[in-house]
Amino acid sequence: MLIRKRRVGEGDILSSEITPYELYLDRRRFIAQGAAVGAVVLPSTLAGRVPGALYTQQVEEPTPYEDITTYNNFYEFGSQKGDPARYSGDFKPLPWSVVVDGECDNPGTLALEDLLQGHEVVERTYRLRCVEAWSMVIPWRGVRLRDVLLRAQPNSDARFVEMTTVLRPSEMPGQRHPMLPWPYVEGLRMDEAFNDLTLLATGIYGKDLLNQNGAPLRLVVPWKYGFKSVKSIVRIRFTREMPLNTWQEMAPHEYGFYANVNPDVDHPRWSQARERRIGEFRRRMTLAFNGYAEQVAHMYRGMDLTRWY
Amino acid sequence: MVLKRHVLFLKTGVWILGLTPLGWAVYRFFLGDGFGANPIAELQLWGGLTSLTTLLCAVGVTPVRRLTGWNGLQKARRLIGLFAFFYVTLHFLIWIGVDQFFAWEYIVEDIAERPYILIGFSAFMLLIPLAITSTRGWIRRLGRNWVRLHRLVYVAALFGIIHYYWVTKADDRWPTFALIVWAVAMALRTAWWLRRLRSVTRARGAAAGAAA
Repeated sequence: MLIRKRRVGEGDILSSEITPYELYLDRRRFIAQGAAVGAVVLPSTLAGRVPGALYTQQVEEPTPYEDITTYNNFYEFGSQKGDPARYSGDFKPLPWSVVVDGECDNPGTLALEDLLQGHEVVERTYRLRCVEAWSMVIPWRGVRLRDVLLRAQPNSDARFVEMTTVLRPSEMPGQRHPMLPWPYVEGLRMDEAFNDLTLLATGIYGKDLLNQNGAPLRLVVPWKYGFKSVKSIVRIRFTREMPLNTWQEMAPHEYGFYANVNPDVDHPRWSQARERRIGEFRRRMTLAFNGYAEQVAHMYRGMDLTRWY
Repeated sequence: MVLKRHVLFLKTGVWILGLTPLGWAVYRFFLGDGFGANPIAELQLWGGLTSLTTLLCAVGVTPVRRLTGWNGLQKARRLIGLFAFFYVTLHFLIWIGVDQFFAWEYIVEDIAERPYILIGFSAFMLLIPLAITSTRGWIRRLGRNWVRLHRLVYVAALFGIIHYYWVTKADDRWPTFALIVWAVAMALRTAWWLRRLRSVTRARGAAAGAAA
């Protein structure tokens, strides 16, 4: 199934065209309420074992689309929160291709359509927790990163996956200043990349990603701070060594490789114990692994998370 | 009479300029974007930037006056300083009452454990005695010490700039700009001070030579 063939005038019917937005949201709320009931009825251990654990993912009210698309950290378009929405107009997310290489048997340069083709399209509503102590709830659409990676046939030396953002200073005004060492690089350990929660997202609220949200393809790892979820990906590389992610390169004692959401390990400059959910007045307590401990905590058993922050 | 009218114009101008950020914030809150998706954080950013800008204006009065020879400007210095204090206070109160919503245990912990908060808080503390002693009575009472005390505004501004650096993640162009403005003002002051020192010494030497 093609999920990226949606240009105006091509005759495709968007799900957002069939269902008015409000009803679409209500449908989500209906599912959420049903899921909440399910979560109560089912023993919690059983609920936790269901892949994707829809129960915990759907109960929270999604952040309004307007907020998700106007309050962004995407330094490629500028360092202020409004910059990505304001200055991403020149960016052209189509056509797009992704280089898949490194420790794998089936490398190549794939058009976005080919990269995504055949993979199950999933819709997941996840919390997103920024390292700056604010958070959102975002209804994503995308494919599992696992499915994309498997097709490349990683070999036994592949221990990490490195992902790189496009470098286009002419279309991305933030890249004209050396505030970060461009291009932006992020990475995951293989088991993290293969976790069922990990997505390559192509849309939000049933619509294609806007430029400010990382069009046309971005990572989503909901149990990690937002900066791990690299945007506008042009390269996926399997590596033996742990990739040096951009923020770690920038400030190694402030940002690590793992960057798991952890209320007990503070950023050196500010507390991570609480967060402000966009749209709420009072701060709320931050959850370990951003509330996804049941799905991901096992990957870090025995690791000293104050050392591997 | 002419001089007085100049002062009136000057002070009116400072009042208008000083109230502009507040007016703009009120406008933005009720008629603009309402400070966006994360209004509390955005409001804090506005408060901090306005505080630092006003504080640097206060610091810049004397150098600008000496460079341009516009001595009347000195009459506006206190008012600009008080506007700076007003915005710093507002920035602090928004943090306490809106951002933290009076969560005292977190506020105390933040001041004690977060260097960027401690230094910003220190800047605010330094400005309090300056605001208190800004009245005519205090100026008279403190005499020469008043001038010495009020040099603390340089320290407070520097603390504010460091505070700004320490909340910034990567893009430090604005804090660097603020630091340059501060450093230029400071360098000019030091240069003038050195020149005066030298001329005083020379005058003394000449006097001694004449006596001999």
